[in-house]
Amino acid sequence: MSETWEAIYAWFDAILDFMPELPVGTWIEDFVDWLQNAQFIFDGIRGFVAWVTGMFNSFFGLIPPILFILILTVIGYLLVRKSEKFGLPILIFLGLLFIESIGYWDELILTLSLVITATLISIVIGVPIGIWMGRSDLVKNIVTPILDFMQTMPAFVYLIPAVAFFSIGIVPGVIASVIFAMPPTVRLTNLGIRQVPAEMIEASDAFGSTPGQKLFKVQLPMAKVTIMAGINQTIMLALSMVVIAAMIGTDGIGREVYYAVGRNDMAMGFEAGISLVILAIILDRLTQALNPENRKA
Amino acid sequence: MAKIEVRNLTKVFGKRPRPALDMLKEKKSKDEILEKTGLTVGVNRATFDVNEGEVFVIMGLSGSGKSTLVRLLNRLIDPTDGQIQIDGDDLAKMDDNALREVRRKHMSMVFQKFGLFPFRTIRQNVEYGLEVQGIAKEERQEKAMKSLELVGLHGYENQYPDQLSGGMQQRVGLARALANDPDVLLMDEAFSALDPLIRKDMQDELLDLQSSMQKTIIFITHDLDEALRIGDRIMIMKDGAVVQIGSPEEILMHPADDYVRRFVEDVDRSKVYTAENIMTRPETVNMEKEGTRVALQRMRKADISSIYVVNRNRQLQGIIHAGDIAESVNRDESDITPYIQKDVPTCRLDTPMHDLFNISSTSHVPIAVLGENDKLAGIVIRSKILAALSGEEVNTSE
Repeated sequence: MSETWEAIYAWFDAILDFMPELPVGTWIEDFVDWLQNAQFIFDGIRGFVAWVTGMFNSFFGLIPPILFILILTVIGYLLVRKSEKFGLPILIFLGLLFIESIGYWDELILTLSLVITATLISIVIGVPIGIWMGRSDLVKNIVTPILDFMQTMPAFVYLIPAVAFFSIGIVPGVIASVIFAMPPTVRLTNLGIRQVPAEMIEASDAFGSTPGQKLFKVQLPMAKVTIMAGINQTIMLALSMVVIAAMIGTDGIGREVYYAVGRNDMAMGFEAGISLVILAIILDRLTQALNPENRKA
Repeated sequence: MAKIEVRNLTKVFGKRPRPALDMLKEKKSKDEILEKTGLTVGVNRATFDVNEGEVFVIMGLSGSGKSTLVRLLNRLIDPTDGQIQIDGDDLAKMDDNALREVRRKHMSMVFQKFGLFPFRTIRQNVEYGLEVQGIAKEERQEKAMKSLELVGLHGYENQYPDQLSGGMQQRVGLARALANDPDVLLMDEAFSALDPLIRKDMQDELLDLQSSMQKTIIFITHDLDEALRIGDRIMIMKDGAVVQIGSPEEILMHPADDYVRRFVEDVDRSKVYTAENIMTRPETVNMEKEGTRVALQRMRKADISSIYVVNRNRQLQGIIHAGDIAESVNRDESDITPYIQKDVPTCRLDTPMHDLFNISSTSHVPIAVLGENDKLAGIVIRSKILAALSGEEVNTSE
């Protein structure tokens, strides 16, 4: 019985013999090699990203931890003052104090700088692309599959070209974070622009707005809530990428997690892990509190 | 000269509208075109004029193309064919800059669901049209406040739209449209989203404003009562085509076809007809040259029991009853003056029939209709009111 099946299997298998073995991987490798002809561009990007990250990091580093904690707590308080729910400032105060006390302050500062840099780059690139998608179905149809690709490709894979172009260290980590974390900002910007009620667009047109006035006075303000939700997602994804980026030498809390796994060090692993969780929750709640939806009294 | 002249204005939805245009010229129906080409005809060769300062109502059921038509007029939708002349310039051929200029200075629009910007305060909403023109802040704030005052919303300028009721929100929409001081106001089902009482208030208010502003208003509605109340002229649309254009009375009295007739059937006629439409020519006596004998004779002949008295200029003096003067004829008195009763029911030419009904119910004699200088123009007898209410033909001579 099984021999018969093997014969049948072999017969069917032979049908596909004419297909050449596609060396897709080699093609991509060749493509990446070819791109490296433009190494001066990547060097420029590298320098810029390193400069931005370094600036945030050294600026945050200037502030004594207790001052930093108090400032963030006050910001949190100001944001939630109207709703009279004071969970956020309490969370910020206790959470950051905790991270300081277990000795991860410097790593926290660096990770925060990485996330902020990656998020800013994602916004600067992602929001205009999202707006463009929102205005053109053609662009939307082209960009959507690219976004799907960016989001579903296992995040580890980005590390390889990131290293090829940007060597190791902090910069490829930021770049990989941008690629991985940008899609929600693009998608939700597009969604926000498209969700603006037709009558408001008509009103804007009927009063003689230029396309630019329509965008800045009507569409973007209307889409603000949705875009903010996208940016919030981007921050969360960037934070999750920071751990993965530790594999290519990106410093910060992520590296502590990565080392802890390598050494099977449970104490270190959980300390670093909890610090990341606290940072994630603080960033999430802070950006949500920034959302203009809270205007309503 | 007409303010807006629309000629053969056509909108066909779809990528290649050419074949549909040709079929429209061959007078093929909308359904036929949809079946053969898959193209939807929005507006079918509409031709009409809108005069300066009139309220021009475009009426039709949903799907009749009226909302598409009003959007063609300011090119929120680009026409497929035809001309839209505004003060002699063809809007359909304008480039973006010229079109924007028209939208900023000459035409404003009021929307069915208001189209207010929720993130802007009331004043900022009203300022929008001025803001995009680049007008300085103080000036546009001042204009916005004036406009808000005009619609009775003074004091609400710092609220947000969601804090206001529907009727108030539409006042904001109206104020925003007026702030630009346009010559033409496009109102797309502007009051349809409001509940009936508020709607009536808004109609009254619009008419009030219109009497002082004298804008050219193009008002879209699906409600015939509304059309009759506010329209100087009404255009009725069906399947994207113009069926009839006329004054409210013309539409009611001479419907162009069965479609219009069906519309008109359940209208509350008492709000539309006026005394002028149902009055009849009165028998009168001239108190300055005719006496009791003539009066009595005339009443006998016309088979009536009372007669109106006028002077040389046909101005109404009063009424005399047959019973009062019958004896005076026997006594050979010829002067009718002592028998004239001054207390008679009167109305004006434009008194709506609704009011005539009330007047006639408290009086036994016909109502005297007064024209210019209190001249007796005619009389209204009760049976005519009832006949008109039941839909009988009435005089339309104007």
